[in-house]
Amino acid sequence: MTTAVAPPIKAKQRPGDRIFSTATVVAGSLILVVLAAVAIFLVAQSLPAFTADESAFKGGITNFWDYVWPLAFGTVWAAALALLMAVPVAIGIALFISHYAPRKLAQSLGYVVDLLAAVPSVVFGLWGITVLAPALQPLYSQLVEWFGWFPLFAGPVSGTGRTILTVAVVLAVMILPIMTALCREVFLQTPRLHEEAALALGATRWEMITMAVLPFGRPGIISAAMLGLGRALGETMAVAMVLSPASVISFALLQSQNPSTIAANIALNFPEAHGVGVNVLIATGLILFLITLAVNMVARFVINRRKAFSGAN
Amino acid sequence: MSTTLTAAPITNSLTAGMLPRRASLWLLLTSFAVTGAFFGVLFAAGITNDFNIVGTVFFGVLLFCLLIWSVSRAVEGSRKAKDRLVTALVALAFTIALLPLISVTFTTIVNGLPRFDMEFFTHSMRNVVGPGGGALHAITGTLLITGAAALISVPIGLLTAIYLVEYGRGSLARGITFFVDVMTGIPSIVAGLFAFALFALITNDPGIRFGIGGAVALSVLMIPVVVRSSEEMLKLVPNELREAAFALGVPKWLTVLKVVLPTSIAGIITGIMLSIARVIGETAPLLIIAGFTSSMNYDLFSERMMTLPVFVYTQYMNQGSDMQAYIDRAWAGALTLILIVALLNIIARLIAKFFTPKIAR
Repeated sequence: MTTAVAPPIKAKQRPGDRIFSTATVVAGSLILVVLAAVAIFLVAQSLPAFTADESAFKGGITNFWDYVWPLAFGTVWAAALALLMAVPVAIGIALFISHYAPRKLAQSLGYVVDLLAAVPSVVFGLWGITVLAPALQPLYSQLVEWFGWFPLFAGPVSGTGRTILTVAVVLAVMILPIMTALCREVFLQTPRLHEEAALALGATRWEMITMAVLPFGRPGIISAAMLGLGRALGETMAVAMVLSPASVISFALLQSQNPSTIAANIALNFPEAHGVGVNVLIATGLILFLITLAVNMVARFVINRRKAFSGAN
Repeated sequence: MSTTLTAAPITNSLTAGMLPRRASLWLLLTSFAVTGAFFGVLFAAGITNDFNIVGTVFFGVLLFCLLIWSVSRAVEGSRKAKDRLVTALVALAFTIALLPLISVTFTTIVNGLPRFDMEFFTHSMRNVVGPGGGALHAITGTLLITGAAALISVPIGLLTAIYLVEYGRGSLARGITFFVDVMTGIPSIVAGLFAFALFALITNDPGIRFGIGGAVALSVLMIPVVVRSSEEMLKLVPNELREAAFALGVPKWLTVLKVVLPTSIAGIITGIMLSIARVIGETAPLLIIAGFTSSMNYDLFSERMMTLPVFVYTQYMNQGSDMQAYIDRAWAGALTLILIVALLNIIARLIAKFFTPKIAR
């Protein structure tokens, strides 16, 4: 006696299904390929720069690392200054929208801040050089006059206001929207019961925020700051237009000799570059790519870890 | 001996030791009045050239912070005082964010209007030195390059989002999600350098400049945004709809095409419009790979192509002898750019508002 073993039921494979699912997989993998291609082509094109000799550089610089070091310093310094200014303001705005503004207004106020993100960077550059720099210059003169003994404010003051501090202000404005949006989301996720418990114990609104909202939102604030830092590091046009650059390493904020940033240096020099000069600029771009990649990966790592352990979801 | 008890005036224990309700509003108005008067006197005395609005607002708010803190401390105690101070500071942070927004909009409109005329939209910069000329070539280039970028990134982005939501399991999906997030952080100039490096190697031309390269660079910036927003929208489609389709025997790919996508199409289009609005203002990658020119160019695959942001940049940075003409053109270009971005944003919001399917609750 033979028992007929029923063949396992298999879903019918339709060509439509095959094609469609393959197409989605290909598209998804294409993103990984693109990211890898970005890295590979940048490396391939920047190899000649690492071995370039003196003739490729101007101003007595002998090798690539001497060339890129002041630029890398300027990039990090400008971004750090911008972050220093933007973080408290972003937290303030996020708190205002999430916990202070009237409920009905809150969403439209959020839109208003998002509008800042819609302004193209070249317009910010134009605004920085024609409005902000002349407006800040008198202030800079006063600062140097009164606090010139302090190394950061050392003279001689820039006559145009096109200093690294102005650049940092513009950068801070540009990274505000993304940081605000992230902080706002995190603050809104604070468990309602924690807030109500704090208020019921007699805490004022500020005490409630320090006890419930900020501790809960700390990882979110950190990652928002990191993402803002990533944006500020890679911002090009505003810096290229506003800054009056020089190849120096200096912490002074108000002088006319400022360290330039990698991105701005590429934008300013690329149109006229030729030969190995192009490779040198691409190599600096590779350095910038690596810096921002590291910053962003750390930020995403912090966000993802928080997602896993928070009680919010 | 009888003592007459006179009732003490009843104070409401709930409002005792508190500032009256409108106190902070009055204090704010007072501080503005004080600083306004101060700067008004300076203006009247001729020390400053015009009435200092920024100074009035800034020092007014500063004065308000001080006033509210000290008054509240005297009446309500230190804890309440701190709370009120922080409230004032938080509101101040919001005002600080508004200042650049208002200033940028105002200066762009004021400086952009003088050259915001017909000639600006009907002429290119060919053979123009000094006043006159326009940005027709730049507007055409921007539309062509951004359109091409959208053609490249929308299918890739949308299919990836579908993969992540409908098909993706395991390490490939996790990897894609992570690297899409990382990709959002690529600096725009690096995207431009990538496109340049890629096409310089392919075409073996070390000075390569053409429009499609700009479109590729913009796609690198645009794809992650499209993926992210479409993914969010696809996740919002209720699972019951998919299950109902499967129960009727509809194959998976038709379920996605005929059920999931139509349900979420409004949100997806909104996301795509917003991502276009984001990349249309990009300058740095186009400066590198699309270059700049003063003539019309309709061919994406050869020769340099002007775009609006690069037009603004070059007009401002390479001023000729008649400086004002160049600066005016730059601002008019900036105004056009802001209007395009604002228009895209408004259309996106309208689509989201009117075409979202009404799901019964």
